[in-house]
Amino acid sequence: MMAEKYIARSSAIAARLLGGEMMVMSTADSTFFTLDEVASAIWQAADGRTPLSEIVAGKICQEFDVDREQAQRDAARFVDELSQQGILLVSDQPLMESSP
Amino acid sequence: MTTTLPTIAKEAVSIEIGGMAIALRTQNPSFRQMIENRYAGFLGTSTSSNFEFDIDLYEPSESAPANDDLEVKIEEGEWLLQRGDFRARWNPDAGHGQIRQACSPYAIDCVLRIIHSLLLARQGGFLVHAASAIRGGKAFLFAGVSGAGKTTISRLAPPDAKLLTDEISYVRREGNRYLACGTPFAGELARVGENQSAPLSALFLLEKGLQNSIEPVGAAEAVQRLLRNILFFADDPELVELVFQSACEFASLVPIRRLVFVPDQRVWDIIR
Repeated sequence: MMAEKYIARSSAIAARLLGGEMMVMSTADSTFFTLDEVASAIWQAADGRTPLSEIVAGKICQEFDVDREQAQRDAARFVDELSQQGILLVSDQPLMESSP
Repeated sequence: MTTTLPTIAKEAVSIEIGGMAIALRTQNPSFRQMIENRYAGFLGTSTSSNFEFDIDLYEPSESAPANDDLEVKIEEGEWLLQRGDFRARWNPDAGHGQIRQACSPYAIDCVLRIIHSLLLARQGGFLVHAASAIRGGKAFLFAGVSGAGKTTISRLAPPDAKLLTDEISYVRREGNRYLACGTPFAGELARVGENQSAPLSALFLLEKGLQNSIEPVGAAEAVQRLLRNILFFADDPELVELVFQSACEFASLVPIRRLVFVPDQRVWDIIR
C-alpha cells in the first residue's frame, strides 16, 4: 500500500481565480502557472490536513467524471510537478498550511 | 578662527509624471538644463513635489557602463538602486533620497522609471512596455516586446489621437477604473509623450499579421502577457505578489484583446 500524502499550498505564492482559470505565481522566482479545473480543485483542497487520496475520492471523483485510479495517478503527477516548483508542500504527515 | 565655506544652493527641478511630482536637486547647472530639456512638458513646481532627490554627479572616471547589471533592493525601509552609471538610496517614508550618477540622461531616466514602478505597485498601477494614445476621450494601450509594433502603431496614429508614449505607458488605478497617463519615456520615436491622461478603454496585445483583426484573449493568457510587459525591477516577494494581483485586477476590469495588424493607417479604424 502506498504511503499517504498530505499537501499544502506554499505561502511563497500568489493565486487568483479569473475568468474560470486559476493562475498561480511563485513570489520567489515569478514562475507563472495556469491550473485546469481538476488541478484547481486539488489546489484549493490542499489544506495540509486532508490526505491526497481523500481529496481525489471525495472531491475530484465526485465533481468530475473520472476513473478513480486514473485520477489518483494524475493527481500524484500534478502534485509532484508543483512540489518540484515549490508551489505545493508535500509530506507523509499532516502539515500546517503556510510554510515558505 | 573658523572659515565657513559658502554653500551652493542646489536648485530643484520638479518632474511630474502621472500626477506624481519628484523634485531633483543638483548643483550642476548644465545637468539641470539637460533635465529641463529632456523632461520639458513634464516640469512641475518643486513646492508641490511628493519626493525629493539630491543628485551628485560622478567624476567621469568613477562610473561603469550603463549596461551593468541593475540591482534594486530594500534594506531597513530604504530602497537601494544600483547600476554601473548610478547608485541611489531612497526612503519613501521620509520622502527623500540621494542619487550619485554619471552625467547622463540614461541614469536619471532609469532611476525615475524604478521609483515610479515602485510607487505604482503599492497603488495597484504599473509601468508597462506599451505605446498608448488618447482618442475620443478614451485611452488605449498597445503592449508588446521590442519589435512587436509599438513604434509602428504610434507612427500610424491619426492626427486626432494624442500620443502618450511609444515605449513605456503609465497606468494608474483610480477607484474601479484605470487611467493611462503620458510619460517622457520615449522609444524609437524619440518623442516625449503628451502630458495628458484619460480612462483606459482597452489594452491590445500587438501582433503583426496579414490583415487587421481584434481577437479575444483568455484570462490566463491576458494576465501572463501583461505580466511579461510590466516593468518590474525589485527582487522582492511582497512586490511580486502586489504586481501579480494588480495584473489580475487590471485584467478583470479592462478588456485585453489581441490586435493583429497590417502596418498601415487602416488599423486605427478598428480601434475603439
